[in-house]
Amino acid sequence: MSDIASRVKAIIVDKLGVDENEVVAEASFTNDLGADSLDTVELIMEFEKEFDIQIPDDQAENIATVGQAINYIEEAK
Amino acid sequence: MQLKRVVVTGLGALTPIGNNIDEYWEALKNGKSGCAPITYFDSEKFKTKFACELKNYNPEDYFDRKEARKLDRFAQYALVSSDEAIKDSNMDLDKVDKFRVGVIWGAGIGGLETFQNEVLNFAAGDGTPRFNPFFIPKMIADIAPGNISIKHGFMGPNYTTVSACASSANAMIDALNYIRLGHCDIIVTGGSEAAVTIAGMGGFNAMHALSTRNESPETASRPFDATRDGFVLGEGAGALVLEEYEHAKARGAKIYAEVVGGGMSSDAYHMTAPHPDGIGVVKVMENCLRDAGLKPEDVDAINTHGTSTPLGDVAELKAITQIFGEHAPDININSTKSMTGHLLGAAGAIEAIASLLSMKYGIVPPTINHTTVDENIDPKLNLTLNKAQKREVNVAMSNTFGFGGHNACVLFKKIS
Repeated sequence: MSDIASRVKAIIVDKLGVDENEVVAEASFTNDLGADSLDTVELIMEFEKEFDIQIPDDQAENIATVGQAINYIEEAK
Repeated sequence: MQLKRVVVTGLGALTPIGNNIDEYWEALKNGKSGCAPITYFDSEKFKTKFACELKNYNPEDYFDRKEARKLDRFAQYALVSSDEAIKDSNMDLDKVDKFRVGVIWGAGIGGLETFQNEVLNFAAGDGTPRFNPFFIPKMIADIAPGNISIKHGFMGPNYTTVSACASSANAMIDALNYIRLGHCDIIVTGGSEAAVTIAGMGGFNAMHALSTRNESPETASRPFDATRDGFVLGEGAGALVLEEYEHAKARGAKIYAEVVGGGMSSDAYHMTAPHPDGIGVVKVMENCLRDAGLKPEDVDAINTHGTSTPLGDVAELKAITQIFGEHAPDININSTKSMTGHLLGAAGAIEAIASLLSMKYGIVPPTINHTTVDENIDPKLNLTLNKAQKREVNVAMSNTFGFGGHNACVLFKKIS
């Protein structure tokens, strides 16, 4: 697992209080990991802070799964 | 229209002297102080370095980590105490009509720590607003009853009353009124506060409202004592289940007492100072007695607002003498704030609970830390000094007054 992927997963485990094993690439934040709309906003903000990037709202809307988050951040870095 | 009768069928408490009703009562009757040096933050530069914090409270004992993170402490305390009260009431959550169950809560401030930390975080940055999406919903004062209803599915009236230190007394009075008008069967009421934070301590210190007896925190809250020098900030919550009498009887509920009346008034005088003639304070007790249909001589005990401030304590006792006249010396007057400190928006709730427990056990908890007689106080009054007194309490009054001149008073009577 890449460094980015492991850091993304650590944030998700911390913020959503889920088990690490559940945080797989295809897992959806809302459908699989129990996030509500505010949790999702908080996750995006944590990614921005952790990786020192800006994720515009219109692009944040397309980040719905763990894999999409990792891909986005890998491209943005 | 015939008003319905309203009774108390459940109690819950999370206080600086006990984390549930049984612990709270043990501490009350034994005159235990909940005051100690502040542990939540470094208070070295603060004028007051002590407070009545909760003891051994771990959010993890009540919430999972994700849940706790979304709740300011004042909302956590609300959930913990209301859970105890709901359980104590023994109501069957599958049987009650949840559209007729409300939650009316009191909070003087709300999520002060959340507000403080979010602003500090912003101030430490480069000006980019990176506020947490949970900032507002965690902080707002109405989120406490919101969360209680979400947890239990109560779909009746739901809001928070804000009148500083009178908040939870106002909540109880609103609850009383909705039930006696027939709008609800049950209302979970009470109040919570969590203001022992740098902003809370700093703010109250700036007003010169707090005791600065740093050399002896446990004796700092000393209502009615000549050497009192301000109140002691406390935190926690109290919860009461109020229920329509016939509804409670029909399900065989345990009944603590009847809520027979509520009184409200305003000083219309000053932002923080009590009216020198105590007009508002006299009025609130008169209003309450009239609402309850009781005479002054019916009252056995008064849990005063008695915060341990130089002006407020004397004004309140003068008002009691004025209203109760020759009967005043026969009343067991006390201030449980001598033990709990001042829980602001939760004060009315935990003090009403103290009154209800006095009625249940026939013991009036003491006003502790009294050492020096204040010559401005009528010596004939029984202030229940330093030691609990046995007393059959049939009617108990609980007073609370808030910054802004808000006065609220509640009367309880044993069901005969």
